Amino acid sequence: MAGNTSTLHGRAAKAVAGKSGPHGSNTPLRYLLIGIALAFLLLFLFMPLASIFAEAFRKGAGAYFESFDDPAAIHAIKLTLIVAAISVPLNAVFGLAGSWAIAKYEFKGKSFLTTLIDLPFAVSPVIAGLIYILMFGAHGWFGPWLNQHDIQIVFAVPGIVLATLFVTFPFVARELIPVMQAQGNDEEYAALTLGASGWQTFRLVTLPNVKWPLFYGVILCNARAMGEFGAVSVVSGHIREMTNTMPLHVEILYNEYNFVAAFATASALALVALFTLALKSFIEWRAASAQKFREGERLPDNTPLHQTS
Amino acid sequence: MKHYKKNLTLLAGLLLATSTYAAKELLNVSYDPTREFYKEYNDWFTKQWKQDTGEDVRIKQSHGGAGKQARSVIDGLAADVVTLALAYDIDAISSRTGKFPSDWQSRLPNGSAPYTSTIVFLVREGNPKGIKDWGDLAKPGIEVITPNPKTSGGARWNFLAAYAWAREAFDGDIAKVEDFVGRVYKNVPVLDSGARGSTTTFVQRGIGDVLLAWENEAFLSLKELGEDSFDIVVPSVSILARPPVTVVDENAKKHGNLKLANAYLEKLYTPFAQRLVAKHFYRPFLPEFADAEDIARFPKVKLITVDEAFGGWQKAQAEHFSDGGTFDRIYTK
Repeated sequence: MAGNTSTLHGRAAKAVAGKSGPHGSNTPLRYLLIGIALAFLLLFLFMPLASIFAEAFRKGAGAYFESFDDPAAIHAIKLTLIVAAISVPLNAVFGLAGSWAIAKYEFKGKSFLTTLIDLPFAVSPVIAGLIYILMFGAHGWFGPWLNQHDIQIVFAVPGIVLATLFVTFPFVARELIPVMQAQGNDEEYAALTLGASGWQTFRLVTLPNVKWPLFYGVILCNARAMGEFGAVSVVSGHIREMTNTMPLHVEILYNEYNFVAAFATASALALVALFTLALKSFIEWRAASAQKFREGERLPDNTPLHQTS
Repeated sequence: MKHYKKNLTLLAGLLLATSTYAAKELLNVSYDPTREFYKEYNDWFTKQWKQDTGEDVRIKQSHGGAGKQARSVIDGLAADVVTLALAYDIDAISSRTGKFPSDWQSRLPNGSAPYTSTIVFLVREGNPKGIKDWGDLAKPGIEVITPNPKTSGGARWNFLAAYAWAREAFDGDIAKVEDFVGRVYKNVPVLDSGARGSTTTFVQRGIGDVLLAWENEAFLSLKELGEDSFDIVVPSVSILARPPVTVVDENAKKHGNLKLANAYLEKLYTPFAQRLVAKHFYRPFLPEFADAEDIARFPKVKLITVDEAFGGWQKAQAEHFSDGGTFDRIYTK
């Protein structure tokens, strides 16, 4: 999806640049609109972002780095990485399987499944947390059984992972479904008629075709997994050095008047976000250039198209 | 493929490391404003315990609005001890989980409250709106900051203190009392879920003219954010808040922590802990152990108790804070 939109944008931009006619006479209006948009971005996007770093460095770089030299902070970072390391690969697999089924096959209840995948987007994260309390809490459906077997799900790491899985579930599938649908089944049929097994078809045909959107979905999924606050807050129990992820740690530090450390941790999360955006642009660029000439397409004289430019 | 395996082992190792590394752990589930006190107390207690028994312990803390914290313990948060804002929330844990006896308050001195506090007003420097007593809170144009009594223990103390004052001021005319309390809550622009959230709203975000605060929370704000930004105003009458503590027996037994948990709470009554309590702006149960200077900071104020004025927490909760109680009536009106 990412690749498609960005190439579309590129074409549209070129088209506009080619004939600047209708806009040329209206320059003041144009600058006004651009100015408003820029002012808005400055006020609501860049300034808050800059203020995070300004607050974090208010007492100098020493105090900034000291904030990370604290067992609670280190544990929060570790826990956040662990949660992402578990939930992102799982969601990549689920997302791939789900979108494969939806895009390539016809079956009963397909639209229902599509809606179900979107459910976590529609549900408030607080509810996402509460459903796990209702299921796995001491008085939940499975509570007594879990208690008998001494298994702790909510207010422990498994609960945090579950809540994160739920919230980040749609990211990969949402990226893949439109791309897979657009590509259709032709290449898979061709592979099958040439004698490829199902697994070979998937590995050599389907997967390479969706690798950029897949990568893109994984990155978004990871960003959300690391940044999730609401659902995790409900199931965490807020125990320091046990169930505090980075976003929760920011809240605790802020409530303890430890503003430099709070914003330092927040700045680390902001850096993750910026890195995600940079990576996203890179992928869009790669996907766009991959899209321009699909490998294997050839000119009549048999020159591969992607070698002509 | 080898790489994947290596990564997997690493991951498994990390998981194990987080779930099983310390020898013995004790979880203290507490309410909002005790963060600073327990941080220091835990350091001291850990050393004491090591001296007495040779055992290493790690004490974990969880903080939040008292009602919310109690709810989490009921839902399975594995607290060894709870140190909450008021007896009712601990009663709720006892009655809903049966993990400790309902007469838990008799297990430690002073109704299991090693420290007490009261409710005071924190106003902007110089008290520009001239707020002197509870009556001023209902005046139009005054913004009052207090948390939500449904989720916060401190907020319930605030509510009852205002109610008690009004009952005296209007000679027990309940209609007038409720009208007064209703007008106070009409002046509340933000109802945070816990006491610390309200403090941050008032001191950090600069919202409101007066914060109804735990005395310890008000003093802490002065200390953390500058004596020249705020003043403490002591009303003519306030409430004696007794934040109690208890061991969650079943949880502690399950973790093999029963002895440790009991010792952890008993040591709150030692001279050192009582001095620490006063240092962190709580009124110690045994003031003779505290520094005279610390005690001198506490203003003299006429204090009423929930037992005398409201017939105990169970009754107060049922009348004022449960669904359809006074708070619901006056807040939705």
